[in-house]
Amino acid sequence: MKTIANVSEVNTNLSNKKNKKIKENRVFNIVNIIFLTVFTIIIIYPIWNIVVKSFSSPDTISHVGLRLWPEEFSLVNYKLVFNDPTIWNSFLISILKTVVGVVTHVLLTAMVAYGMSKQNLIGRNFYTILGVGTMFFSGGMIPTYLLMRSLGLLDSFWVYIIPSLFSYYDMLILMNFFREIPNSLEESAKIDGAGVWTIFSRIVLPLSTPVLATIALFNGVYQWNDYMTAKLYISNEALYPIQMKLYEIIVQTQAAANMQSTTSVVIPTTSESIQLATIVIATVPIVLVYPFLQKYFISGMMIGAVKE
Amino acid sequence: MKNNHFGKGFRAQLPLQMMVIPGIIFMIVFCYIPIYGIVIAFKSYSVTDTIASAPWVGLENFKIAFEDKFFWESVVNTLAISFLKLLIGFTAPIILSILIFELKNGWFKKVVQTISYLPHFLSWIVVGGMLLSWLSTSGILNDILVGVGILDQPRNFMIEAKSYWFIAVLSDVWKEVGWGTIIYLATMSGIDPTYYEAAKIDGASKLQQIFHITLPLMKFIISLMFILAVGGILGSNLDQTLVLINPLNSSHAEVINSYVYKVGLAQGDFSYATAVGLAVSIVSLILVVITNHFTKKMNDNKSVF
Repeated sequence: MKTIANVSEVNTNLSNKKNKKIKENRVFNIVNIIFLTVFTIIIIYPIWNIVVKSFSSPDTISHVGLRLWPEEFSLVNYKLVFNDPTIWNSFLISILKTVVGVVTHVLLTAMVAYGMSKQNLIGRNFYTILGVGTMFFSGGMIPTYLLMRSLGLLDSFWVYIIPSLFSYYDMLILMNFFREIPNSLEESAKIDGAGVWTIFSRIVLPLSTPVLATIALFNGVYQWNDYMTAKLYISNEALYPIQMKLYEIIVQTQAAANMQSTTSVVIPTTSESIQLATIVIATVPIVLVYPFLQKYFISGMMIGAVKE
Repeated sequence: MKNNHFGKGFRAQLPLQMMVIPGIIFMIVFCYIPIYGIVIAFKSYSVTDTIASAPWVGLENFKIAFEDKFFWESVVNTLAISFLKLLIGFTAPIILSILIFELKNGWFKKVVQTISYLPHFLSWIVVGGMLLSWLSTSGILNDILVGVGILDQPRNFMIEAKSYWFIAVLSDVWKEVGWGTIIYLATMSGIDPTYYEAAKIDGASKLQQIFHITLPLMKFIISLMFILAVGGILGSNLDQTLVLINPLNSSHAEVINSYVYKVGLAQGDFSYATAVGLAVSIVSLILVVITNHFTKKMNDNKSVF
């Protein structure tokens, strides 16, 4: 009798402890969900706030507050942007630079990667040392600038394309992927008389679309977002990509705003309107490819981890 | 004889070699020629010279940097911003990834992840433009601060030099914290779930599980990321600085990279700017070696433990 009582006592003790644990975990989960909800709002709402502002009429832009929807929906800001031919031009330059840049980068890098994927390639060790060196050393801003100058790439559209034709990191990723392709496929094509180029273009590339897409997407985001190339090497405004154009708009708006707050000159709000609408326009392509990007995050992160 | 053999083999591989050689030429031209160009740090280069013909001046450019007040100002700013980034920007993704990991798989987890990765893909120009709008006198930050009663009237944060370090660090954290979780989440998904099951049976709470299972198993990846972060300490983000800097906040905003840009490309003092850049890369390399040494020790201790 006594022992049975003891056992049940222990049991209730245990279940009390268990209940306490479950309660603790429930509290943890609730706090966690609340915290992450607040975090998510802090990330997304400021972006949405800009979108709301960009669709507000110029009079209401300065008191949008924490609205979720424009007080007075208006397309005036966008009309201002679309009436500016230089912004159109920059948008086209960005599209051109991204499309040409991605296609050439992927093709050249894949071509080199295919050659490097062959273990018996003569000089392969030397090529590898040369390539690994590029991952650790660089000449820095000024020597690179001098190189671009002597190559005649200053103020040329090709400065967006040629210096980013090839990347050793991307090469490594592609090379590792090509190695996974079964050798028998290539062998049978060889017996049928196919040369290296035919095998590369008809067999290797079509079988590698996922990894090619990954490289293309990340390179595309780089090309679209890059303004540093223009800032460093381009002074002709006709060649500015949208990001560089936006940079200029921001600098001008900022200068005006700072003057306004230090002196008391009132400046028309059109520059802020243009800035907001241009930000949204420059971001739309990124948002459009975002679902595809997300599909390839992990492999992309591995590129990033090596790179930084 | 051997050479001949090599030539023969090479010729047989010619199509394959033709695929690789463009890449090799690319790397020599766009990476190794600029590395050679670093010699102008020890020369007095002017626009009319070639790199080879410019006269040698030894360590003169480094001496000038040593006495340059504005260079040291940029060093202080870089260190301050990088230190704060290390403190907040390095720990935040670790905490966030643990919290996300603790969520049960479901739509909420997906939403949190999708949204938190997004800012990484926006350019610094776009984020800079947004930031200027949020921080302007009519922006959301002032709306909130005035609304809650912390401020009596809106302040223009962008012209206050003293706010700049925090603006730079917090905006960087906002942009990259979500993206930073990916590598930790990938590591955590590789942890054997039986550890957690065993801990649950032993009655470990969630917090105990985090501190006694998740974190110790992430030690290696955390120290790896830490070494990488330390390597970047002197290389504060140039994109970010160029968008956010203005004449009123430059005393706190100028970092080494933007100073190199200003002196080198805006003022044309190529040799001096190259010398500053070189000095910074050498110090960065030393920092990485030292950090690597210490984290190695830490990981050894772990295996003893």
